[in-house]
Amino acid sequence: MHVPDGFLDAPTSVATGVAATAVVGLALRGARRELDDRTAPLTGLVAAFVFAVQMLNFPVGAGTSGHLLGGALAAVLLGPWTAILCMTVVLLVQALFFADGGITALGTNVTLMGIVTVVVGWAVFRLVLRFLPKRPSSAVPAAFAAALLSVPASALSFVALYVVGGTADIPLAPLTVAMLGWHVLIGLGEAVITALTVGSVIAVRPDLVHGARPLLAARDLTIRQSPVASKEAAS
Amino acid sequence: MGAGHAHRLHLPGRSPVHRLPAQCKLVGLVGFVLVVVATPRTAYWAFGCYAGLLLAVAVVARVRLGFVAKRAVVEVPVVVFALLLPFVAQGPRIEVVGIALSESGLLSAWNVLAKATLGVVGSILLAATTEQRDLLVGLRRLKMPGQLVQIASFMVRYLDVIADQMHRMRIAREARGFTPHGPRSWPVLARSAGALFIRSYERGERVHLAMLSRGYTGGPPPVLSETRAATSAWVSAAALPVVALMIAVTAWWTR
Repeated sequence: MHVPDGFLDAPTSVATGVAATAVVGLALRGARRELDDRTAPLTGLVAAFVFAVQMLNFPVGAGTSGHLLGGALAAVLLGPWTAILCMTVVLLVQALFFADGGITALGTNVTLMGIVTVVVGWAVFRLVLRFLPKRPSSAVPAAFAAALLSVPASALSFVALYVVGGTADIPLAPLTVAMLGWHVLIGLGEAVITALTVGSVIAVRPDLVHGARPLLAARDLTIRQSPVASKEAAS
Repeated sequence: MGAGHAHRLHLPGRSPVHRLPAQCKLVGLVGFVLVVVATPRTAYWAFGCYAGLLLAVAVVARVRLGFVAKRAVVEVPVVVFALLLPFVAQGPRIEVVGIALSESGLLSAWNVLAKATLGVVGSILLAATTEQRDLLVGLRRLKMPGQLVQIASFMVRYLDVIADQMHRMRIAREARGFTPHGPRSWPVLARSAGALFIRSYERGERVHLAMLSRGYTGGPPPVLSETRAATSAWVSAAALPVVALMIAVTAWWTR
């Protein structure tokens, strides 16, 4: 859910806005390293993809359905800097063109859903990859862990912001427990979907998965002869 | 939640609000909402005045209330959350039709509902009276980094293409007898998402090549035609936040 206007007090909204601006400025420089002059068209198209995929409903059962948040998915597919830009632009367009998420809460939303999910997702992804064999399919469980942790991390950051600048008088402990409990569940769904999506991309175009590129490079080209082919060659 | 951005919000028109440059409207709206957020929550009358101000803007812009109400459904999750607040917040309880509710929770619920609604209605009015391209030009005028504006304009330009592609993939799935039921359908949907990513990325590569062949060097395109906003435009756009600020100052004064 996007944070609306008035949920956090004005100083907190302004502070998160300043923080988000700084990180997005860094991301603009970092993305140039990831994509050079292709940054604008590719990031724009992938931002449109993230926006569209958020409209893809996954049925949970009992008539309810959820959808992807996409922070960890974007980080694994695009690399952290480009992913931050993507999520920022998606949130900006949602706030300005679709009135979803308060306009003064834009900094908060970018921080929580654009930056925290991507940074935590990417960090977990790289960490998990260290313990897995160096082959492209390892990106799938790593993406699972990344998405699983990115959602509760975002929820926890929300609780932290709430402690600083919340406008409602909810006791902290139950709020933390409720937010964590609920978002671990959401994170589980996010993790399954993210892992399946990354897996399907790896199966077809492993070179497009930014997080799997070092794994691809580690793979040597081997020439194998099939027994059938060698038999034919012999005869 | 937050899904289903199916309807574009723009309403073509020629009202004075439509004609204001986008950057003036953006600054006006942000100023207005900041003032609303900073207003003490017990100054009930002030929020009524703010609603009146937005109503005046809607009347001048000739935006029908039904249009605003229909687009305000994005607020539903917030409303659900606000309705829960009186039950979970702490503090002294008061009886409301036989149910003990937290007094501060009720106040908080009112606070969130009032401010979020004013923000949503303000944003809807901005989106309804401003073309998306103008909004992007306005952001550029407000010194938003050119790279970010470029990314946003690519996104807006191709949003419908990508969304349509996803729609066609859904039709294709359904034509093959697929009906999503529970988590067992997730692998199929996730494969669709993966395919959509590959298609979006490859379309991005083609767009980039097409741009290169037309002399693209990585810089932002020059802003065409748009001249600087006149002082009078800034003055009329400032009317909304300035009046709101006077209301807010009075609210703080009389608290």
